[in-house]
Amino acid sequence: MLKQNDKILMLVFALLVLTGPIILAPFGAGYPDLLQRFAIFGILAVGYNILFGLTGYLSFGHAAFLGVGSYSTVWMFKLLTMNIIPGMILAIIMSGLFALLIGFVTLRRSGIYFSILTLAFAQMSYSLAYSVLTPITNGETGLQIRLADARILDPKNDSGSLPSTNLFGLEMNDTWRTTFMGMDLQFNVGFYVCAFILIAAFYVSIRIFRSPFGLILRAVKTNQNRLMYTGINTKPYTLAAFVISGMYAGLAGALLASMDPLAGAERMQWTESGSIVLMVILGGAGTLLGPVLGAGVIKYFEAIFSRINDNVLHEWFDILPGFLETFMVWIIHPFVGKGWSLTLGAVFMIIVIFLPGGLMEGANRINKRFGKKLKRSSADDAKTPAE
Amino acid sequence: MGILEVQNVNKHFGGLHALNNVNLDVKEGSVHAIIGPNGAGKSTFLNCLIGKLAPDTGSVMFQGEPVLGKKPHQINQMGISRVFQTPEIFSDLTVFENVMIPCFAHRDGAFNLNAWRKVKSEADIREQAEQMLLDVNMQDKLHMEAASLSRGDKRRLELAMCLSQNPKLLLLDEPTAGMARADTNATIDLLKHIGETRGITKVIIEHDMHVVFSLADTISVLAQGAIIAEGLPDDIKGHPKVREAYLGEAEV
Repeated sequence: MLKQNDKILMLVFALLVLTGPIILAPFGAGYPDLLQRFAIFGILAVGYNILFGLTGYLSFGHAAFLGVGSYSTVWMFKLLTMNIIPGMILAIIMSGLFALLIGFVTLRRSGIYFSILTLAFAQMSYSLAYSVLTPITNGETGLQIRLADARILDPKNDSGSLPSTNLFGLEMNDTWRTTFMGMDLQFNVGFYVCAFILIAAFYVSIRIFRSPFGLILRAVKTNQNRLMYTGINTKPYTLAAFVISGMYAGLAGALLASMDPLAGAERMQWTESGSIVLMVILGGAGTLLGPVLGAGVIKYFEAIFSRINDNVLHEWFDILPGFLETFMVWIIHPFVGKGWSLTLGAVFMIIVIFLPGGLMEGANRINKRFGKKLKRSSADDAKTPAE
Repeated sequence: MGILEVQNVNKHFGGLHALNNVNLDVKEGSVHAIIGPNGAGKSTFLNCLIGKLAPDTGSVMFQGEPVLGKKPHQINQMGISRVFQTPEIFSDLTVFENVMIPCFAHRDGAFNLNAWRKVKSEADIREQAEQMLLDVNMQDKLHMEAASLSRGDKRRLELAMCLSQNPKLLLLDEPTAGMARADTNATIDLLKHIGETRGITKVIIEHDMHVVFSLADTISVLAQGAIIAEGLPDDIKGHPKVREAYLGEAEV
């Protein structure tokens, strides 16, 4: 009965992602930079969800893997080629190894101690990137590409300008623009590269969710004791989940660097790790679609709300009488512009209090109210994969 | 030679001598009951067998192999399964998934990175789990969330999980505690049935004498951490020391 569900979910998801530039244009989010961020942080959240959503291990260190991925990729740009493939491969390998090391140490503890350990590790990586590892990370300035870099696989560059990242000649910042019904649509190569990788990442995550491996990861979350006395060694399972999600983060870091070839230590800061946790919880931990949704919402707030300033607000409330206009602007002012994170915080609190299962729980409730069961909702699927 | 041989096991908790030179010899295929008043050390003893606690001294041999020092999952993979006093199940998963996991553990061992196969395509596991749930009469609750089961059903589910691993030795910690009489009888029948068809050796801790006397082949009586009597059910019934331990020493 539910057999077709995953296929439908996959198709709908792919369609939504690929038509992103059209769907999001009316919301003012149809420009390449933001679309790329949606996709990249979607990948990050999908990967984080494999760890947190399935096993319940709350890691505060995933930004470190993001950073490792970015640095690896930029180094590939400097040494080998501006093609993004070698960079992505190295990023996945390096972040995987790094996750193996960190996971091996931190997974000795669970619950809050695990969170603190990962946090400490991420902060250590951040500080190292800033100080001791300057020869590799270029410290505060961040790692950038230069004209003088070797790039042994690329033909000699005589143009005098920095080469741009590409995928076998397709440049990441190539954009095809068109106008449709008064909307400015931008189809960007970089976005589509990220989008296809996001779809692939999503597919892998569905397979993991539906596999015996995924089942045992979910069992880790609900009762680790029982699992141990059922003859299952939980450590390699949690470690595998940790490494997989670390590799996802590394891939996301690689894409960040591919879209904009520089890597800085601030990408590894713990607040970044925190925002990954927010994305997943906001969307719905343990659901398939939730994390992507959460990542989208947070990046949207970051991009759109932060651009609303007092002038825009005055425009909005132009029709109101003078004193009311000033009053409304005064009320809304702290929530927009530089205060966008205040709005995000408020939204996050409302969702966690009223919809503990995140946006996906909201979607499910709405669907139940209208009498239809949302078959493609992963929250339901996850509970009855047996059918 | 028994399937399980326990020799001189001692366990202290601070000043409390929880297990005092406990010896036990369980014959293959038999049902061995351990009874005793509250706080006698019955659960502590089981915890020592499954690797939850490490005894201070003594040795535990299962089929001639030492158990002590092994990790819980290794002990389980040797063929020892345990039903806990309060049911330990995967409450967020469905009943069916609960039983599938031990089936996977039995087939694939302690770790198997089976991340690309779908659970759906694991026909043998699904069949096994379905059969097991049929055996414990829970086939109509397959897709219920385990947390929403009644207490008796949770116990039955845990029993099904342990049995689906085809253990050689099953440890039962008060398998009928808090059950209604009808459920208790059903559990007794189930355990008897399993005994006959699969020949699983069982060590059972129980307060309910009705259960003990309808199941046990041999009984050990534990009081204040020491085994004070051991024998056939009929011998134990009239044993003066046992009466003393249960009723207090006032009776001279």
